[in-house]
Amino acid sequence: MAGAEVTWKNGKFGTTQRRDRWWVESALVFCGFTAFIIYATWAAFQGKFYTHGPYLSPFYSPEIFGDSPHAIFGPKPGWIPDWIPFSPALLILWAPGLFRFTCYYYRGAYYKSHWSDPPACAVGEPRNKYLGENSFPLIMQNVHRYLMYIAIAFLFLLAWDVWKAMWFTDATGTHFGIGLGTIILAVNVCLLSSYALGCHSLRHIVGGYLDSISEHPVRHKAYECVSCLNASHKKWAWCSLFSVAFTDIYVRLCSMGIWSDWRIF
Amino acid sequence: MAQATFRIWRSNGTGGAFQDFKTEVSEGMVVLDAVHKIQAEQAGDLAVRWNCKAGKCGSCSAEINGMPRLMCMTRLNELPMDEPVTVEPMHAFPGIKDLVTDVSWNYEVKKKIKKFKPRKPDAADGTWRMQQADVDRVQEFRKCIECFLCQDVCHVLREHDKHDEFIGPRYLVYTAALEMHPLDTEDRLKDLKFDHGIGYCNITTCCRQVCPENITITENAIIPLKERVVDQYYDPLSMLFRMFTGK
Ligand code: SF4
Ligand code: SF4
Ligand code: FES
Ligand code: FES
Repeated sequence: MAGAEVTWKNGKFGTTQRRDRWWVESALVFCGFTAFIIYATWAAFQGKFYTHGPYLSPFYSPEIFGDSPHAIFGPKPGWIPDWIPFSPALLILWAPGLFRFTCYYYRGAYYKSHWSDPPACAVGEPRNKYLGENSFPLIMQNVHRYLMYIAIAFLFLLAWDVWKAMWFTDATGTHFGIGLGTIILAVNVCLLSSYALGCHSLRHIVGGYLDSISEHPVRHKAYECVSCLNASHKKWAWCSLFSVAFTDIYVRLCSMGIWSDWRIF
Repeated sequence: MAQATFRIWRSNGTGGAFQDFKTEVSEGMVVLDAVHKIQAEQAGDLAVRWNCKAGKCGSCSAEINGMPRLMCMTRLNELPMDEPVTVEPMHAFPGIKDLVTDVSWNYEVKKKIKKFKPRKPDAADGTWRMQQADVDRVQEFRKCIECFLCQDVCHVLREHDKHDEFIGPRYLVYTAALEMHPLDTEDRLKDLKFDHGIGYCNITTCCRQVCPENITITENAIIPLKERVVDQYYDPLSMLFRMFTGK
């Protein structure tokens, strides 16, 4: 179907009559996501400085195999060949990574910032061909709900890490205590929960699929709670992205001896 | 009274060019006022569609400084008046003349969507009973004034011309209103996936950003429909569950 004859129909990349700084949002998102991916990849490949006392970095939790006392099944097993780069983070980080990658908010944001599809609303695109999420490969985004199930299991594990971060061992034994690291780990779990529990797929599964939700009072309540978090899903997505990286940095700096943890009591 | 320049797209349906008009503007004016003033004083043949001047009929959709907006709801004091204000017709539909486009494609699309099919009446007098909580969700969608600004901004239509394969955000909202209705028994998921192209939407949220009725198009209509399509066609557990329960 032919559109109105206008100056830029199927025009060049970036063509628009918009006067505002439309590129700013995409540029900020581009920088934010790219910085996170670079840092997270670097941190995941380090394989060291990820624990400090009772603290465990969220990039390394759960530690399935590893050298720290947090490792569930002990050190790296012999059957993993030496030529494969190993770090406890590499075993698990794919799950939260793919969870975010397939999140509806992130999808809409990185299609714009990293793929210019479109660069911003009502701005010309670099390509004429378009498949959207209608066919391979992006049709795979529909797996999101399964990653959400895994992400929710991770929330329990990270909450368990916060509990463990309240028990400090010294020469006289193990004592209950709170350090700045404990608080950072706890805030991180709260932000991650606000993000993951506001997931669109969860919103659908807890009650969104029902047309007569009033017949199911518990699901109705759950739907309202998820919808409440969902309304600020973008905000929680960014806050939790920032906090998870910050928590890793904090544990890393403590572990490297650059920063000493502040023990509140 | 201050002077302002309006750069308006002039066309007879094919081709066209911008024409600049200088006119006096005063406090409280909206873009449609300025266009009417220009029509009255300088260009009697300037074509513009409008009706209510109250943001309720959805006729005066255009692109103002590059963004799809209602001319009657765009106040001049929201715009930088030290430079020309560009006013163009919507890009996603064929032009008829100047600011007027042919939006009839939308009405054809609407006819393709399966109609409301209520369950059997709940009471002997042929009436139904519904809970407010169950209709809250669809009430938001009924605010739509069919201005088609969301259709215009959607890059699937605007940039990629998928008018034959994609019904656009307006009709995803319409489908959501029917599909989520507590009385409705029709199934539109197959159509959504195969004929109405819901997979083409890549969740840019542009439609939600331009909607003058502030309908949360992407998050409350499109994504929930995408999730229902996932239940039906992509989620193996949900398919198994349906196989065993027959639901
Ligand atoms: S969110 Fe989907 S329907 Fe809305 S403008 Fe973007 S691609 Fe089009
Ligand atoms: S959904 Fe909003 S933008 Fe789209 S046609 Fe309706 S009122 Fe206009
Ligand atoms: S939609 Fe964002 S986490 Fe599921
Ligand atoms: S004239 Fe009715 S919406 Fe603008």
